[in-house]
Amino acid sequence: MSDMIEIRNLTKRYDGAVAVEDVSFTVESGQIAALVGTSGSGKTTLLRMINRLVEPTSGQVLIDGEDSHSLPGYLLRRRIGYAIQGHGLFPHRTVAQNIATVPRLLGWSADQIRDRVDELLNLFQLDPDAFRDRMPHELSGGQQQRVGVARALAAKPDLLLMDEPFGALDPVIRAKAQDDLRHIQRQLGTTLILVTHDMEEAVTLGDRIAVMDKGRLVQYGPPSEILTAPATPFVRDLIGMRERPFHLLSLTPAHAIATEGEAPGAPIARDASLREALAECLWSGRSAVPVEGGGIVTLAALQAHAAPTARAAE
Amino acid sequence: MGRLDRPGLLFALIGLAGLALPLVQFKPNRIVLGEGVALWSALPWGLPLAVVLAAVLVGGCWRIGAGWRLAAALAALVALVLALGASAGHLTPPDNTLARVSPATGFWLATLAFALMLADAITRLRPSLAMRWLLLGLAIGLVVAALASGIVDGISVMREYEARRDIFLREARAHLLLAFGSLGLALLVGLPLGVALYQARGLRRPVLSVLNILQTVPSLALFGIMIPIFGWIAANVPGAAQAGVAGIGVFPALVALFLYSLLPVVSNTLTGLNGVNPATREAATGLGLTRVQVLSSVLVPLALPVLLAAVRIVLVQNIGLAVIAGLIGGGGFGTFVFQGLNQTAMDLVLLGALPTIALALVAGIALDLLVEATSRRPKGA
Amino acid sequence: MIGRVLLGAAVLFLLAFLLTPTSFAWLFQPFTRNNAPAIYTQTPLWSLTLSHLALVGMAVVASTVIALVLAVLVTRPAGREFLPLARTVTAVGQTFPPVAVLALAVPIMGFGAGPTLVALFLYGLLPVFENALAGLTGQPPQVAEAARGMGLTPRQRLTQVDLPLALPVILGGMRLTAVISLGTATIGSTVAAKTLGEVIIAGLLSSNTAFVLQGGMVVGIIAVLLHEGFQTLERMAAARTGLNR
Repeated sequence: MSDMIEIRNLTKRYDGAVAVEDVSFTVESGQIAALVGTSGSGKTTLLRMINRLVEPTSGQVLIDGEDSHSLPGYLLRRRIGYAIQGHGLFPHRTVAQNIATVPRLLGWSADQIRDRVDELLNLFQLDPDAFRDRMPHELSGGQQQRVGVARALAAKPDLLLMDEPFGALDPVIRAKAQDDLRHIQRQLGTTLILVTHDMEEAVTLGDRIAVMDKGRLVQYGPPSEILTAPATPFVRDLIGMRERPFHLLSLTPAHAIATEGEAPGAPIARDASLREALAECLWSGRSAVPVEGGGIVTLAALQAHAAPTARAAE
Repeated sequence: MGRLDRPGLLFALIGLAGLALPLVQFKPNRIVLGEGVALWSALPWGLPLAVVLAAVLVGGCWRIGAGWRLAAALAALVALVLALGASAGHLTPPDNTLARVSPATGFWLATLAFALMLADAITRLRPSLAMRWLLLGLAIGLVVAALASGIVDGISVMREYEARRDIFLREARAHLLLAFGSLGLALLVGLPLGVALYQARGLRRPVLSVLNILQTVPSLALFGIMIPIFGWIAANVPGAAQAGVAGIGVFPALVALFLYSLLPVVSNTLTGLNGVNPATREAATGLGLTRVQVLSSVLVPLALPVLLAAVRIVLVQNIGLAVIAGLIGGGGFGTFVFQGLNQTAMDLVLLGALPTIALALVAGIALDLLVEATSRRPKGA
Repeated sequence: MIGRVLLGAAVLFLLAFLLTPTSFAWLFQPFTRNNAPAIYTQTPLWSLTLSHLALVGMAVVASTVIALVLAVLVTRPAGREFLPLARTVTAVGQTFPPVAVLALAVPIMGFGAGPTLVALFLYGLLPVFENALAGLTGQPPQVAEAARGMGLTPRQRLTQVDLPLALPVILGGMRLTAVISLGTATIGSTVAAKTLGEVIIAGLLSSNTAFVLQGGMVVGIIAVLLHEGFQTLERMAAARTGLNR
C-alpha cells in the first residue's frame, strides 16, 4: 500500500513528435512529488496523462496497484483532485456550488455536501457564512486560488494533481498559499503531484522532485539529492548555482540543527527554515540566533549545512 | 484515403436530391404554373451529365484533396449553368415565343450542393489573400461570360431581361446610386461626427441613442415618411424642384438609406478610435505631433480595419434595403421585385432579386478581403 | 432611471394607442390631406400588432432552437468537420438581403404569412448561430480544462458549463434576430401577410402620411422595447458570470 502512484514507461507522441518519452517513477502515499522543467519539457502532458485528460500512447499508470484504464476516464477523474493555474472556477456558479461540483456528480446528499463545503471553507480560512454564496469574480486572486484547491479536494480524493496552481499569484500571496497547502496536505494525508517551472517552489513543497527535459525524466529524487548531486548540466542550470546553498538551507527546519547555548536577540520559530535563520543572522549582525523552545543556530552551523555533501564530492 | 468525409456526405445528399428533382420548369406562358422536367429528359446529353455530376457528388464523400474538390465543384457549377441554358433551347419549340423555361427546385438544390462544396474546398485550402481576390475575380468573370455568351438567353429570367433591357440598365444604375450614394453621404457626415464624439465624451450617449432609435424605425416606414417631407421641400424651397427634388423618386430613398447608415459608421469610428492603444496615442503626442497630426497619421490608419468593417455593414445593408425603394418609386432592382409580386410573375421577381443578391455577395466578400488586407499590416510598427 | 421612466411611458402610450387608437386622431390629423382618415381602421391595430408579434415570435423561437442545435452540433467532436464551413455559410448568408429572401420564398410558399415566416426564420438563424458559436467556442480555456479534469461528461460540460456561460451571448443573438425580424415583417405585407406593414402600405398607396407614421411608430416602439428587454436579460445573465464590463 506504500506505492500510491506508479508510473510505468509512460509515453506520448503527437503525430510522431515526442511529448513524453518512457517516463517511470513512483510516488508514495501521502507524499508530494514536484514535476519541474522548462516550458515544453512535457511535465504538464505527463500530469494530464495521470487523470487521462491526455491518453498515453503507451505505458501505464497504477493507482494503488490498479490500472487507471480499468475505469472510464470521467469516472477516474472524479476520484482524482485537479487544480490548475488561474483556478478555472465556473464563473456562473457560487463558491459553494463550485466546491460541490464533484460531490454532486457523485450523488452525495444535500446535507453531506453542505457540511463538506463548510468544512473545506473553514480549512482554507474562508468564513463559510461570508463566502459560501459569493460569485468567483467577487473574490481576490488568492481567495479564488484557495477555492480552486478546495474544489479539487471536495470529494476527499486520495490523489491531488496540480498544474502550476500558484502561477497567477503575486509573490507574497504565493508564499502563504504554499505554506497553507503543505499544512493541509499533511493534515489530510493526500498524495500530491504538482507541476511547476519554479525550482524554489519544487524545493519548498516537494518530498520528491522529478526533473523533466525534452520529454524525458532526467532525475528523480529527494530535493537534497537533486541540489547536491544534479544528474546533468540541465538540472544544474535549472537549480541555478548561485541559488543552490539557499535552496539547500531552506530544506531543514531550525530546530533540527539547534545546539545548546545562549544567543542574544529575538528568537526565530522552531519550524523556520535555516534559510530564514541565515537571513536573520546576516541582517541583525549576530553570529547566532536563538530558536523558540530552546537552543541556538550558529552561523558556523549554517555554513556547514549549506553544502556538506556537495563540497565533499567536488 | 478511404475515410468518409462528413461534409461531403451532406453535399452529396443535397446534390443527389437536386439531381432527382426537376431541373427546370416548362411553362406554356409567363403566368401559368408549369411542369417540372428532370435533367435527363431536359437534354439529349442530360443522362450522361447527371451520371457524371452524381459521380462527383459521391466521390466527394471520400477524403480527396481540397484542390480537386475545388476544380470539380467549379466545373459542375459551369456544367449546371450550361445544361440550364441548353435545356431552354431544347424544350422550347423554335417558333414559340410564349413558352417559358425557368430553373426549378432541382437546379437550385444542385447549385447549392456544389456551391457548398466549393465553399468548403476554399475554406480547407486556406488560400492566401491574393488567391482569394483571384477566385472572386474568376467567379465574377465566369458569371459575366455566361451572361454575355448568350448560352442562358433562353431562360425565362433572361427573356424578361431582353424585354426590358433599357429599363434594367436604368434601374441598375439607380440601385448602385442608392447603395453607394447613401454610403458616401454617411461617410461624409458619419466620420467627422464619430471623430467629434471621440473628442466630446459627453455627447456620445445622446447622439448614439438617437441614431439607435433611428435604426428601429422599420425601413418601410422610414421610406414612407420621407415622401411627404421631400414633397414639402419640393413645393416650398425655391429651386429645389428645379434641382430634381421631388416627393417621389430617388431623393427620399437616398436620405432614408443615409439615415440607416449613420449608426454603423459613427459607432465603428468611435470603436476604432477607442481601440487604439492609449500608449501609442500618448507616444505620438509625446513626439510632438499636433492633435490633427495624431488623428490623421496615427489614429485613423490604426482604426482603418474597423472603419472598413463599417463600410461593409453599410454597403451590404443598403444594397438589400434599396430594394424597398422600388415600393415608393425610388427605382432600383426593387422595381422588378414588387412589379413581379404584383403580377405574380416570378421570373420578374428573380430579375430583381438575383442581381441584388449577387451585388450584396460581391460587395460583402470584397470588403471582407479589404478588411483583412488592412488589418494584416504590421500593427504598431 | 430616466431611461426606465421613459420606457414605462412608452409601454403605456403604446397600450393606450393600440386599445383606443381613435382617441389619438388629433395627433395624426395634421399629417392627412383632403379630409382623409387620420387613423387606420380597416383592421384593428391591436389585431395587426398581435399577428405581427406572433409571426416574429414564431420565427425567433424557431430560428433560436434550430440555430442552437446546429451550433452545438458543429462544436462537438463529431461535428467539428463542419465548423469552418458553417462559419463561411453564416458569413455569406448574412449578406443575402432579407427582402430578396422574402421575395424568393413566395414561389415556394405562395402569398400570405408563409413566405414571411420562412424568410424571417432563415434570416433569423444567422445571428443566433453566429453568437452561439462565439459563446460556445470563446470560453476561458481554464474553465473547460477544469470541467474535464473534474470528471464532467461531455454532455454535463455542455449543459452545466458551456451553455450557461454562453447564455448572454446567445441572448444577444436573439436580440439581433428579434429586432431585424420585427422590421422585416412589415415588408411581409407586400406578400399579403397580416402585419403592421399593412398600415404603412395603405398609407403609401393612398398618400396618407398619418398611416405611414402610426404604423412605423408602433413597430418602432416595440423594437425599442424588445431591444431594451433583451439587453436587460443579457446584463442579468452576464452579471452572474462577472463577464460584464
